[in-house]
Amino acid sequence: MELTTERLKRCDLVKATGRIDSQTAPQLEEAFRAITDDGRFKIVFNMVDVEFISSAGLRAMINAQKTCKRWNRGQLVLAAVPERIYETLDLTGFVPLFKFFDDAVKAVGSF
Amino acid sequence: MQSASHSPVGLRLTLPMDTEQELSFAGRFDSLAAISEFVGRAAEAARLDERAVYAVQLAVDEACSNIIEHAYGGEGRGDIDITCCIDGDGLTVVLRDYGRPFDPNSVPPPDVHASLEDRNGRGLGLYLMRQLMDEVRFEFTPDAGNVLTMVKRKQAAS
Repeated sequence: MELTTERLKRCDLVKATGRIDSQTAPQLEEAFRAITDDGRFKIVFNMVDVEFISSAGLRAMINAQKTCKRWNRGQLVLAAVPERIYETLDLTGFVPLFKFFDDAVKAVGSF
Repeated sequence: MQSASHSPVGLRLTLPMDTEQELSFAGRFDSLAAISEFVGRAAEAARLDERAVYAVQLAVDEACSNIIEHAYGGEGRGDIDITCCIDGDGLTVVLRDYGRPFDPNSVPPPDVHASLEDRNGRGLGLYLMRQLMDEVRFEFTPDAGNVLTMVKRKQAAS
C-alpha cells in the first residue's frame, strides 16, 4: 500500500493505493494520527485507488472518525469509494457513519 | 504440499483447472497479499463472478488475520495451510492452523446499526466471514489442528 498525505488550507488529504489489510492498516492509522495529533480534524480520505480493505482498515477509519468528530471539531469524509469497498462498508453498517463524495475535489470543497 | 513461506510478495502461481490446490503460508501479515492472490485465482477458476471472488478474498483475509492474532497469538508462530477445492457448485476453502482453538460463539457479533460512539470494530472479521460466505464451519481437533471450512457457491443463472 502506498500512502500520501497532503496538507491543504482547510483540511488534510490522505490517499491510499492498493491493499489495506492487517499488514498495512497500521500505516493508515499512523497517517490519521499524525494529522489529528497536529490539532487538525478535517480529513479527506481519497479511496479511488484502494483495491481491497479488511476490517483492520475499517477499524482505522472508525477510530479516526471518532477522534475527528469529538467536540464537533471536524470529521473524516470519504472520496471516490470503489464499488466493492462501498459494499463492505454497507455490510458492516459503516455507510451512515461517513459522508461520501464522488471525488477528492468535491470532498475537499465541502470543508 | 508446496510452500509459499519464503516468497510472500510477488508470488507467481500457475493454477491449473485442478479440482484441488494446497499451499502453506507463514503466519505473518505479509503473507496476506499472496493468500489473497491464491484464493482469488481459485475463485476465478471456480467460475465465481467478480463480486464473489472479492467476497472469498475478504473472508479468507479475515480468517487468516484472526488465525495469526488469536490462534497463534502473534506473527511468525506457525503456518496456515490452505486448500482450495473447486467443483461444479463453486469453491471450498479449507484453512488449517496449529494454534489455540477458540469458541466462535464467544465472539459477540458487532452491532451494525450502532452509533459511532458505540462502534469498537470488534467481531467484524467473523461477522464478515459469515455474511460473505455461504458456509462457515469450525472444527477443533486435538492432534490435527484447527480446521476452518468456508464455501462459496456460484449464483444460480437467472
